[in-house]
Amino acid sequence: MIEILFFFFAALAVGAAINVLVQKHVLYSALSLIVLLSSMSGLFILLRADFLAVIQVIVYAGAIMVLFVFVIMLLNLPEDEDGADRLRWLKFLGIPLGLFFLFLTVITLWNVERQDIVEAQMAGTPELIGRSLFTDYLLPFEATSLLILIALMGAVVFAKKDL
Amino acid sequence: MVATHHYLFLAAALFTIGVIGVLTRRNIMIVLMSIELMMNAVNINLIAFSNHLQQVNGQIFAIFVITVAAAEAAVGLGIVIAMFKNKETMNINEIDLMKW
Repeated sequence: MIEILFFFFAALAVGAAINVLVQKHVLYSALSLIVLLSSMSGLFILLRADFLAVIQVIVYAGAIMVLFVFVIMLLNLPEDEDGADRLRWLKFLGIPLGLFFLFLTVITLWNVERQDIVEAQMAGTPELIGRSLFTDYLLPFEATSLLILIALMGAVVFAKKDL
Repeated sequence: MVATHHYLFLAAALFTIGVIGVLTRRNIMIVLMSIELMMNAVNINLIAFSNHLQQVNGQIFAIFVITVAAAEAAVGLGIVIAMFKNKETMNINEIDLMKW
């Protein structure tokens, strides 16, 4: 059962990821990315990371993608008709180089010695994550709040009229 | 049985698709979305290893990655809007102010 679900979500994720790149209109790419992020949340549930699956849907597929779709609709972008978006030679250079990168990664992963998963399943519950976040990782957690504050101020500065 | 290396192969494939997107597409929105895709591939790796080692640390790091992605999306889209107001284009090849 888990195998079927894994291959279903994996195929959905890879298909949606390819669809992000081949779509002509940016809005369809954004909608395809939402499918990708949702299927990834299913994969997180299979990995027993329940809290992160919920966070993935709320923060990624919810907040971040709403921001993307909002900006696309705000700017009212035209469809890429003359193909200026895709340069011909870039395609012939980028895709082989990308596939070569994938080849190197797969070769490396293939040669790693494989171990079976320990059966004692740990579930990523909010309690476990919160306990770790507020004890061992308290300083990075506080630093993150500073990062978000800086991003907030940056977004406000970029939204000014005379930039 | 789905083992950890299945997830690693999936993450490698998704990361590669993100890299190809950054390399081939010239629309700045697509480039931003490809970067989000690459961050998600890294998240799969982190959570797969968190499950493999039965430790929660990987999931904590995934939360930090999601936070950084949110901040990056906010600032990146602010840059996109400011750029579109000034130059009326989404093509990153036409943004060559800093190019020598």
